[in-house]
Amino acid sequence: MRLIARLDIKNEHVIKGIHLEGLRKVGDPNRLAKAYYEQGIDEIVFMDAVASLYDRNNLYHIIEAACRDVFVPIAVGGGLRTVEDVSKALGAGADKVVINTGAFRNIHMIEEIARKFGSQCLVGSIEAKKRDGTWKAYVDNGREPTDRDVISWANELERAGVGEILLTSVDQEGTGRGFDVDLIEQMNVAISRPLIVSGGYGKQAHLDALLSRTRPSAIAFASVLHYERATVDDLRQAARAYQE
Amino acid sequence: MTANALTGIIDYGVGNLRSVQSAVERVGGIPLITSDPAQLLDCPRLILPGVGAFGHGMAELEARGLSAVVHQAVAAGTPLLGICLGMQMLTTRSFEFGDTPGLGLTAGTVTRLERSDGGERLRLPHVAWKPLRRVSGVLDWFFDGIGDDDRFYFIHSFAVQNAKVGVAALADHDGLAFAAVMTHGNVIGTQFHPEKSGPAGLKLLSNFVSKGR
Repeated sequence: MRLIARLDIKNEHVIKGIHLEGLRKVGDPNRLAKAYYEQGIDEIVFMDAVASLYDRNNLYHIIEAACRDVFVPIAVGGGLRTVEDVSKALGAGADKVVINTGAFRNIHMIEEIARKFGSQCLVGSIEAKKRDGTWKAYVDNGREPTDRDVISWANELERAGVGEILLTSVDQEGTGRGFDVDLIEQMNVAISRPLIVSGGYGKQAHLDALLSRTRPSAIAFASVLHYERATVDDLRQAARAYQE
Repeated sequence: MTANALTGIIDYGVGNLRSVQSAVERVGGIPLITSDPAQLLDCPRLILPGVGAFGHGMAELEARGLSAVVHQAVAAGTPLLGICLGMQMLTTRSFEFGDTPGLGLTAGTVTRLERSDGGERLRLPHVAWKPLRRVSGVLDWFFDGIGDDDRFYFIHSFAVQNAKVGVAALADHDGLAFAAVMTHGNVIGTQFHPEKSGPAGLKLLSNFVSKGR
């Protein structure tokens, strides 16, 4: 299982909120990325937390700098709206782009990116929130609801050509109260691409609760690393019992 | 740093060249990203990077006249390292979207990662960090300093699964074995990305840059 560090960024700072809201500064993106790399992280995801407000991603220079120090895959998301944006992100050195709102506005963009750059660089991002007993997909960093059921949306993203799905539980995100295991289990069964899950880790028991039910391809961690409640090695030890 | 550290990175319009460049720099090499045949033929070693589809990669290489350059360099004894798609293109052919000939510098053909017994379908692409099962005594200089527990980053849906010769290391996806490293003469190909595989990947690149000659 891959362990991913997720760095949500606003105005040059890594920030952390709860339910993707109420953002608090926690540090410098490149310093943290380097620290997690040195701890042995498997992958880094930079997310521009406010990009969708302005329809543009501002992380290109952070990616360029990260490439000089971090020799694991680097993904970037937030505010990527056009094939041109994607080309720029990959040119800056990103290995993968993470797309939610852009795909929702124009699914053909996903097809075009897959054709042009390959599915391996394309992560479809789904922000899930439970409403009336079912999980709906949200856009604009968890702010705007859509009518799409998360599972059917994930399947549509797969057909369009994404190589992986990043599933963020907005309900659990930043709470440290555990993963949304029901959601993750259903999604993992429903899709045939690797699943990255994000949101909710607070303590080792949460990992046990998740991994005894379903094995995602990767887990993204934020608060636990940012607030130094555990090291990458601690998390790897905890996940080891469930390695494939 | 001497000119001997010069490492040509073959630019054929495919793949994340910046990562390979940074990694080569980090291990003391002098990266030169170019599509110029004369410059490439002057380099004491070459890297063929690449991601994406096989047919597209071969077509782009041909369109720039670079497949002839690769053949010429290899015939002259220049060490060549193919990475991911670059490794696959070194083989004889690929069955990704039809049947496309490769460079034929190593054995093997490239096929989709599927169980032949019709068992449970594998999740693709295979995106994972995996240890290597080395073929004893092959490429010892390249693997110098690599331990059994060291893991490497793979992201691919196709692989060499049938090579009778030239396999230097194997890895697996959910029990299905494939070639992680292929070699023939002065040619090496890694299915994984050494430039994205942390300190262990950098160690391999360091060995290639300092010992590959």
